Amino acid sequence: MPISYTLQFVNLLAALLLLVVFAMLTQRRILSMINLFAWQGFLLTLSTAIVAYSTNQHHLYYSAGLTLVLKVLLLPWLLHRLMRKLNVRWDVETLINIPTTMLVGIALVIFAFNLAAPISQLAEGITRGLIGIALAGVLLSLLMMLTRRKAVTQVVAFLALENSLFFAATSATHGMPLVVEFGIALDVLVASFIFGIFFFQIRETFDSLDISNMERLKDD
Amino acid sequence: MIDLYLLALLLIPLFGGGMLAVFGSRPWAAELNSVMSFCTFAASVMLTLQVVASGPQVVFGEQFFIDQFNVFLVALTAFVAFTTSLFSRPYMRIEQHHGKLSTAMLHLYYSMYQLFTFTMLLGLTSNNLGIIWVAMEAATLTTVLLVSLYRTPASLEAAWKYFILCGVGIALALFGTILMYFAAERVLGEGGTALLWTHLNAVKGELEPTVLKLAFIFLLVGYGTKIGLVPLHSWLPDAHAEGPTPVSAVLSGLLLNVALNAVMRSKVLVDGSLGTHFAGDLMMGFGLLSLLVAALSLYRQKDIKRMFAYSSIEHMGLITFAFGMGGPVATFAGMLHMTVHSLTKSAIFFAVGHAVQKVGTQQMEHIRGLLQVSPTVGWGLALGTFAILGMPPFGVFASEFLIVTTAMHEYPWTTPILLISLGIAFAAIFGKVQPMVFGESTAKPLPHPPALIPVFLHLLLVLVLGLYMPPYLADWYRQAAALMG
Repeated sequence: MPISYTLQFVNLLAALLLLVVFAMLTQRRILSMINLFAWQGFLLTLSTAIVAYSTNQHHLYYSAGLTLVLKVLLLPWLLHRLMRKLNVRWDVETLINIPTTMLVGIALVIFAFNLAAPISQLAEGITRGLIGIALAGVLLSLLMMLTRRKAVTQVVAFLALENSLFFAATSATHGMPLVVEFGIALDVLVASFIFGIFFFQIRETFDSLDISNMERLKDD
Repeated sequence: MIDLYLLALLLIPLFGGGMLAVFGSRPWAAELNSVMSFCTFAASVMLTLQVVASGPQVVFGEQFFIDQFNVFLVALTAFVAFTTSLFSRPYMRIEQHHGKLSTAMLHLYYSMYQLFTFTMLLGLTSNNLGIIWVAMEAATLTTVLLVSLYRTPASLEAAWKYFILCGVGIALALFGTILMYFAAERVLGEGGTALLWTHLNAVKGELEPTVLKLAFIFLLVGYGTKIGLVPLHSWLPDAHAEGPTPVSAVLSGLLLNVALNAVMRSKVLVDGSLGTHFAGDLMMGFGLLSLLVAALSLYRQKDIKRMFAYSSIEHMGLITFAFGMGGPVATFAGMLHMTVHSLTKSAIFFAVGHAVQKVGTQQMEHIRGLLQVSPTVGWGLALGTFAILGMPPFGVFASEFLIVTTAMHEYPWTTPILLISLGIAFAAIFGKVQPMVFGESTAKPLPHPPALIPVFLHLLLVLVLGLYMPPYLADWYRQAAALMG
């Protein structure tokens, strides 16, 4: 039965995706975090292509191609280039309390699976259980945005969040209509350019990419 | 005809954005901006007349849907976008004269202004829940560089916060949209139609309630971040205070409405699927909390634009509460309140913008005696404040009165919270605006004559709506309220 093989393969990729998110959560070096993000995109491309093959949804091949171009090649390349230009290639971020972050992350995964349980019951075949993983990815990426203090890593966390959402769309619903997916991809692309502009503006104004400089606006 | 008007409505601002991207640094860019906004407004008027006369319509392979509810927001958006472009012409010139803005920054401003209008109109008229999401995200992207236009540390911080928080919020809304699609696919089958609102609306009784419930929570939290609902509001006062004033006016007056439209569209589907008041209860809770927290925060404000940004949170809370109550009267009142709030709040921001330019600071303790130096700016601010605080005979009084009386009737326990919040807001804002308008002045004259016609035009409309609502308008709003339940 080829279907059950593909199902197992997608499940394996889903587990790997979750693993990558955990790795990103605790990664100190910015450069490694960007590489992990590229890996996440690659896993996403694979899983989308497999879902496309097993369900015969041709439009999913397009979104797999789009993911490959945008999230595995273009965005990591753009981020690497920015790192070089901003001269922060070898920067290390001080993360406080990695074990606690991990524990909170595990709690979030359990919460996500519980939240998604009634929906997973409705899904048939390939999608069962994957919604929980996607939701866990979303919540973990949110946690990552909270724990990061540098503009670049916050952006990578944001892009990882988008990846998890994309995984939810392909695994749970066999992909959104193509026009919507193109729209989302366009938004992500424009957002990345604006992020890039911001890095330079922040650097110029604050002399560093640390966003702890940017906590001055208060109600007083 | 209707497809022609819709095409014009969407293509004019898109084309205008392109034109201004090329010609944005010419001396006549401000005029071109106003002309484009006027053409968009004209198209919206024609579209409105058609839709109000002939009822809801789907256009362009069902990708767009226009009914009495969203056409009211389309007309309001196009109108305020036009008057704001009139205001921004002298305002931005004065800023340039003061050396705060360069020609390159103005270039960016004009082209983004038109694109921002486009994204809002796309978000309002699209029938596709996915495209609505794309348009909402695009609206953030077009305005984020405008918030940081001055390149000061504070404006950069505000823009970064706006970008990140709204990005996260809108990502949650995307998850909600995916869940909605997941539920719809089981009924409508795969393919393009399962995200079309009109199709979903036709089968809303068959959609899986457990999925829709979860989807609505994500959609409300996601789009609620953009509406500025407490506790997701922390980006809003910063972005509204640090950006240029025309941007504050359109963010406060328009963008919040567009996000609320997306929530209302989802609420109709969830109500139909669940058959309970779940969505309404959630909206009422968020609305009341926003109203109360915003009213309590007003006292602590020292920056005039921040204070009016909190006032926007307060009013969006009230509108969300009214829509949450549901029923023809409350929905009607909510729509009326949206209209008068947009008009009044943008008028206030226009007056505040010029007042700040005269004094050179946004700190309220340094703004004194506006009436003495510039009676028109002073009266604009004073009357606008009276209007926004719900003083009769302005239209805000009528809509707030309707909301509070409906609440008394349907949910009596909410009445004290509503009245106390409105009372606190009144005392806070009135106490701060009064010395700014009266008293001894420190202000300087401006290098260009200020734009005051938009201020008084808006206030006149709000006054008219408070005294007499034309039957045509009343009829239109009633039909829209009936559509939204």
